Amino acid sequence: MFRSCAGLIALSSLLLSGAALAQEKIKVGVTATLEGTYTVLGEDGIRGHQTAINTLGKKVGDKEIEFIIASTDATPDSAVRAVRKLIEQDKVQILLSPLSGDEGIAVKNFAKTRPELTFVNAASGAQETTYVDPAPNFFRYNMDGAQWQVGLGKYAYDTKGYRKIATVGEDYSFIYTQVFGLVLEFCGAGGQVTNRQWVPLGTKDFASVIAALPDDVDAIYLGLGGADAVNFLNQYQQAGGKAHLMGGSIMVDQTILSAKGNAKNALLGTIAASGQADTWEDAGWQKFVKAYQDAFPPNKRFPSPSLLATNYYNSTMALILALRQVNGDLSNNQAKLKEALAKIELDAPNGKIKLDSNRQAIGTNFVTEVVDDGKGALFSKVVKVIPNVNQTLGYDPAVFSKIGLPSRTVPECKKY
Amino acid sequence: MTRFIERHPAWALIALVAIALLLWLILAVWPPGLEETIGRKRVFLNAVFNGITLGSLYFLVASGFTLIFGLMRNVNLAHGSLYLFGGYIGYAISAWTGSWILGFIIAFFGVALVGIVLQIVVFRRMEGQDLRQTMVTIGLSIVFADLMLWAFGGDFYQIQTPSWLVGPIELPLVTAVRSSGEAVYLRYPLVRLVILVAAIVIGIAMWLALNRTRVGMMVRAGVDDRDMLAATGVPIQLVFVAVFALGAGLAGIAGVVGGTFQSLSPGEDTRFLLASLVVVIVGGMGSIPGAALGAVIIGLAEQLGSVYIPTYAIVVTFLIMVLVLALRPQGLLARR
Repeated sequence: MFRSCAGLIALSSLLLSGAALAQEKIKVGVTATLEGTYTVLGEDGIRGHQTAINTLGKKVGDKEIEFIIASTDATPDSAVRAVRKLIEQDKVQILLSPLSGDEGIAVKNFAKTRPELTFVNAASGAQETTYVDPAPNFFRYNMDGAQWQVGLGKYAYDTKGYRKIATVGEDYSFIYTQVFGLVLEFCGAGGQVTNRQWVPLGTKDFASVIAALPDDVDAIYLGLGGADAVNFLNQYQQAGGKAHLMGGSIMVDQTILSAKGNAKNALLGTIAASGQADTWEDAGWQKFVKAYQDAFPPNKRFPSPSLLATNYYNSTMALILALRQVNGDLSNNQAKLKEALAKIELDAPNGKIKLDSNRQAIGTNFVTEVVDDGKGALFSKVVKVIPNVNQTLGYDPAVFSKIGLPSRTVPECKKY
Repeated sequence: MTRFIERHPAWALIALVAIALLLWLILAVWPPGLEETIGRKRVFLNAVFNGITLGSLYFLVASGFTLIFGLMRNVNLAHGSLYLFGGYIGYAISAWTGSWILGFIIAFFGVALVGIVLQIVVFRRMEGQDLRQTMVTIGLSIVFADLMLWAFGGDFYQIQTPSWLVGPIELPLVTAVRSSGEAVYLRYPLVRLVILVAAIVIGIAMWLALNRTRVGMMVRAGVDDRDMLAATGVPIQLVFVAVFALGAGLAGIAGVVGGTFQSLSPGEDTRFLLASLVVVIVGGMGSIPGAALGAVIIGLAEQLGSVYIPTYAIVVTFLIMVLVLALRPQGLLARR
């Protein structure tokens, strides 16, 4: 009797779960750099993604979104491999990918081979991704590296009085784009960039790079991220470095500012620019910071979300909102979803975001300065907020296209 | 040495000239023409010193690797994990007690203990089966990497340098002469010099232990003919355990060194495994002096490369490896 009863329960539960399975799911593949130099960035990106899910929920009408996460290591081939795996094995219909610059260019090119699917950029910021030959099914809700530097060059020249600077950066597309934005503005204001050093992504020993830094400059701009940035600062301090520093968007970021050890203190007073500022008083931003802090215990997160968390939050939010607008309708090669994504205007925590005709974000940028909160934790403090930054950085598109694409030597240091 | 000069007089002359040139580059004040063509002397000197100190770190990792290989013919591909594990132990201890030195001691013994367990539980069961050991160590390195990611997360850890080691000191090497005739001396991070000295001391101690003690004699005999040594009644398994413990412990110490002047994070394990593979391939598998030479060559190549040909810096290391494999496949200082 008991046995048959148990059998019945088992059978009915099986049937019930079958019914639950029958409810349609929307499968979304997510990639993040959970290996290698940018591990910390990827982890915080996923935290931002999770925060968005906590805030908005996974339901779209009577369907539910299922997110599947795959890991990459910031190299383009790892990103394409992860995306392929998600599409072919996990049968995802939508991609939320990738995190890093070179990955972005590769995934955009891959997106063209699968025009029926939808790709929402998670956080990558190379200019080329959406500026050169953009893919019609690739949407980017974060600004690119050059947009994230808007305001820094002028602030350095006018307010700080820097006239000559040198740059050190990782040798790949996102940092090229960042230096591009900086050099255009700084040289446009009359400053000089005397030396640009490029180091391979994943460099551990910066001692010789530090020794080769010029002495006769007012400040040194650092375009490094993740482990590279921490190693640089550590060795810079050991070498007794004293120069003024300027930072790129992933250099002055919670991923570095809350690293263990005291090397980060070399960053105190550093000026930087990014798509966010830790201490911005805007209500939407504060609400997001609170949601992020509440979602994870203090030892499993940063004191305040990093740029990556914010980007993943925004792209996840854009996707969920657009899916809800079309009620989860993915028929006709997801045409309705793509239309909704292109039109959506986000009330993001770091300012309003809308897309241009290349499906590239137009948003708000922040110039910041690193401050100590009095208890040893470092934060980026807002010194200037610049709304409506577009991909051509306010230049006429014709003039902008003459400058050339970001690279080790482009742009030249002159007024365009 | 004299035999080498007798056998290869031309090579000996070239080596002598190269050494003399290097000494001149390091000691002399550079004429302005030279500074214009290859840059400031400060940059060059720094790159050379950095190459040598980086080499000393590589030596610490690779010497344990090559010692284990030399005696047991066992390519321990989990060596990088031992390095990273040692670094994390060093971080935990020095953060907890505030003592950098204590971090070294406990990292050495902690990782040596892991080495002993590995030898007894894993390697003893598959003695002489190279392929199986290699596969198992690859598997172990992946398991260790995930366990450490679970325990320590993806954060970057830096071991706090004790305050008496922070900052640069002036070395009695002139980098330039100011127009006033005043000499400018090289300023160099003290902590790197201390690490260099420590690596040299460890290297010499190991050489002495191998060549001047009874245990060292057993190890050398084991390298030459393991079976014969066992037949003479030496407790070979005990020697194996001791060597594995020492090799693992050295990797642990290297982890603390690496955590002090670089940083610890997931991925460092494979990086240092690769570095020590390249070092022992260049230097010669199983040879301690070979590991020292290979480490210095690779360190110098990386640092000089990153200054003078930054774009191709990564290639240089592997180019050296390819050249060695093509011209002297057993490695520079391997016997035979």
